[in-house]
Amino acid sequence: MYKILEKQRLSEQVVRMKIDAPNVAKKALAGQFIILRVDEDGERIPLTVADYDRGAGTVSIIFQEVGYTTIKLGKKEEGEYIQDFVGPLGIASEVEEYKGKRVCVIGGGLGCAIAYPQAKAFYEAGAIVDVIAGFRNKDLVILEKEMGACSKKLTIITDDGSNGKKGLVTDVLKEEIESGAQYDLVIAIGPLVMMKFVSLATKPYGIKTIVSMNSTMVDGTGMCGCCRLTVDNKTKFACVDGPDFDGHLVDFDETIRKSRMYHDHERSQCSLEGFKNA
Amino acid sequence: MPNMSKVKVPMPEQAPDIRNKNFAEVTLGYTDKDALEEADRCLNCKHKPCMKGCPVNVQIPEFISAIKAGEFKKANDIIKETSSLPAVCGRVCPQESQCEKYCVRGIKNEPVGIGRLERFAADWAMENFAEKSQKPAANGHKVAVVGAGPAGLTCAGDLALMGYDVTIFEAFHVAGGVLMYGIPEFRLPKALVQKEINSLKELGVKIVTNFVVGKSETIDDLLADGYEAVFVGSGAGLPKFMNLPGENLNGVYSANEYLTRINLMKAYEDGAATPIYHAKNVAVFGGGNVAMDAARSAKRMGAENVYIVYRRSENELPARAEEVHHAKEEGIIFKILSNPNEIIGDENFWVKAIKCDTMELGEPDESGRRSPVKVPNAEFILDVDCVIVSIGTSPNPIIPSSTPDLTTNRWGCVVADDAGITEKPGVFAGGDVVTGAATVILAMGAGKNAAAAMDEYIKKR
Repeated sequence: MYKILEKQRLSEQVVRMKIDAPNVAKKALAGQFIILRVDEDGERIPLTVADYDRGAGTVSIIFQEVGYTTIKLGKKEEGEYIQDFVGPLGIASEVEEYKGKRVCVIGGGLGCAIAYPQAKAFYEAGAIVDVIAGFRNKDLVILEKEMGACSKKLTIITDDGSNGKKGLVTDVLKEEIESGAQYDLVIAIGPLVMMKFVSLATKPYGIKTIVSMNSTMVDGTGMCGCCRLTVDNKTKFACVDGPDFDGHLVDFDETIRKSRMYHDHERSQCSLEGFKNA
Repeated sequence: MPNMSKVKVPMPEQAPDIRNKNFAEVTLGYTDKDALEEADRCLNCKHKPCMKGCPVNVQIPEFISAIKAGEFKKANDIIKETSSLPAVCGRVCPQESQCEKYCVRGIKNEPVGIGRLERFAADWAMENFAEKSQKPAANGHKVAVVGAGPAGLTCAGDLALMGYDVTIFEAFHVAGGVLMYGIPEFRLPKALVQKEINSLKELGVKIVTNFVVGKSETIDDLLADGYEAVFVGSGAGLPKFMNLPGENLNGVYSANEYLTRINLMKAYEDGAATPIYHAKNVAVFGGGNVAMDAARSAKRMGAENVYIVYRRSENELPARAEEVHHAKEEGIIFKILSNPNEIIGDENFWVKAIKCDTMELGEPDESGRRSPVKVPNAEFILDVDCVIVSIGTSPNPIIPSSTPDLTTNRWGCVVADDAGITEKPGVFAGGDVVTGAATVILAMGAGKNAAAAMDEYIKKR
C-alpha cells in the first residue's frame, strides 16, 4: 500500500498527488512512468512520473479525471492509500546531450503535466528551453508558473483565445521557426493528434522531434504487447522501448485507431456506475 | 492383491457444454474412495521407475503407500519434502511425458494416476489441516530471488527450509507468475495458488511485489545491499508476433495480453475494471498449452466459433494431450495444416478475417521433424473478429540489459549450467529465463537445483 502524502487540484479535473514510494523515487528519471492500481479490484493504468524526491522517497503524479479509474483515484484524499504503485518504467529521456542547445518543449492540455518535468530536466541539464503550452480554454490552464520557471520563453495558447494567444500549438511553433528560432530538438507531449501535427510541422525543417506515446498498457514491463506501435515500419512496445520515440517515424494513424479499442467499454462503465456524481 | 484395473479411476469433471460457459475448475478431483482405489493400482516397485521422470524427485511410491494406508496428511508431508507446490503440479504437469511415462503399469495399460493422487493429497491437507508450517532455524545468510513464478517460488522454498533469509522481488502486484496470469482459473484455481504461496510465507519467505528488478533496482544493487546470492527466475514473458500484415489491427492480442486480462485482472467477471473485447469468432495462432488456454478462455467469454490455427498436423501439437482432448470436447475447432499469412481489417481497422495457406508435411528436416510446406493455390479465408497470437515467448530483456556481465545467448536466454550457475559470481538462474518457454515442473526443478548450488556457494565463501 502506498500513502498519498499530498493532494492538490490544479484545475477542475486535474489533480496532483505526492505518493510515498521510496522504491520508485530511488531510480526515477524524467520521461519514465509508473503503473498503479487504485484498489483491490482496480485495473492497472500508466501515469508519467511528474516529479520525485529521492531523499524523501516520494513520487508525484498528475492526472486528469477522464474515466472510471482516474475518477476513482481523484476521490482519494491525503492520508489514504493506493493499492499498487510500480516503477520507474520505460526508458528515461536523453537530456544530458542537450546542454547548451536549444530545445522546444510543447505540451498539449494534460500533456503539460508530462511536458513540465521534461522541460525542467532539460533546463537543469543546461539546455536553452522554450515551452509552448496549449489548452482548450483558460479554465484548463495548469502549471503556468512552474513551466515559466524552467523556460527562457513560455507561450500559452488557447483554442478559444480566452488566455494568451488564440490558436494551436503548431501555429506558435511554425511562427517561432520561421522567425529564426534554431531548435536542435522539439519534444511534443499531448493528445496523439497534436503530436502527429507537431511532427508534420517540424519534418520539412529537419528538426529532430521526440514524442511521448501514451499507449494503452496492462503490465508495463514488456510482457503483453498491448502498447505496441509501429515505428519506422517495425513493431515496438511503448512500455519498454519508449515511451519516447522519433515523431517522424511513428505511425500515428494506426496508434490513434488503436487508442479507441475500448471506447465503448469505458463509456458504459462510467455511465452505468453513475460514477462521476456519486 | 492390488487393484489390477487396466484404466485409471476416472476423475469427475464438469460436463463440456456446461463448463465451456464458466471459469470454474473443469476437473473436480478424487474423493477419498477414488483415491484409495487408484492408490491400490500402484505396485510399489522396488526400483521406483516413476521417480526418474519427476524433475523434483517426489518420493512417489512412498506417498502413494501412505494414501493406501489412509494416511492422507502423511502423503502430503512426503510430497512436500521435495515439492513446494504439489496442488499446482498435480494439476498442470504433463505427467504423460514425466512420472507416469515410466510407470510399470503404463507399459500395457494406463499408468497409475500419479498426478491425480498428488493433487488429492495436497487438496486434502489444505482442506483438513490449517496448521502453519514450522519456520526453520535461521542460518544468518540473506539471499534474493527475482521473480515469483514456479522457479523462484521453489528456489525460495528450498532455501527457506535450509534456514536462509529469503526475499522474492516480483514485478506484478501479486506473486505466482504464470500460475496467476497465464494458466486459467478453470485449470488452476487462483485461490489455491495463493494458499501454496502463503505456506511459503509461513516458512519465512518475504515477497516484495511491485518491484521490477532492472528498473527499481539492478541485480548489482541487490548484491551491494547485502544479498549474498541472487537467483534469477524472471521467466520468458516477451511475446513473439508473426510480423504479418494486419497484426496491429484492433482485435489482435498476444496470448499473454489476452490471458493476463482474463486471469490476473479478472476481465471475465461482470463489472471488472479491466476491459476485454468479447469476440464472436476467434482465431488462435499456435498449438501449445498457451494456445489451448487462450482458445478455451475465448469460448468461455462467449465466442461462438473458436479456431486453433496450426501449421503442422495434429500429431505435432505441442500441447498436453489432456488439454487438446478437453478443448475438443468444449467445441474448439482445429484448423490444422493451416498457416496464416495475413489479417484482414474492416473500414474501422477492426479484424474482419484471416487469410491462410493450406500446408502439407514435407520431408523430415535435420531435426527429424517433418516441416510444413505450402500447398499451391489452396489459400482460404476465415471470417473472425479477433486473433490471439500464441506462437511462443522469449525472455524479457529488462534484466539482461541492466546487468551487462550476465551472459545471454542469441535467443536472449541467460546462460547457466544445469546447477543454475551463471558466469556472474553470486548470480544463479533457472526456469524459462534460461531454457526459453518450457513447463512449470521444469522451472521448479531448475529452482531446486539452483537452491542447492546457492547453498554450496555461500557455505564456501
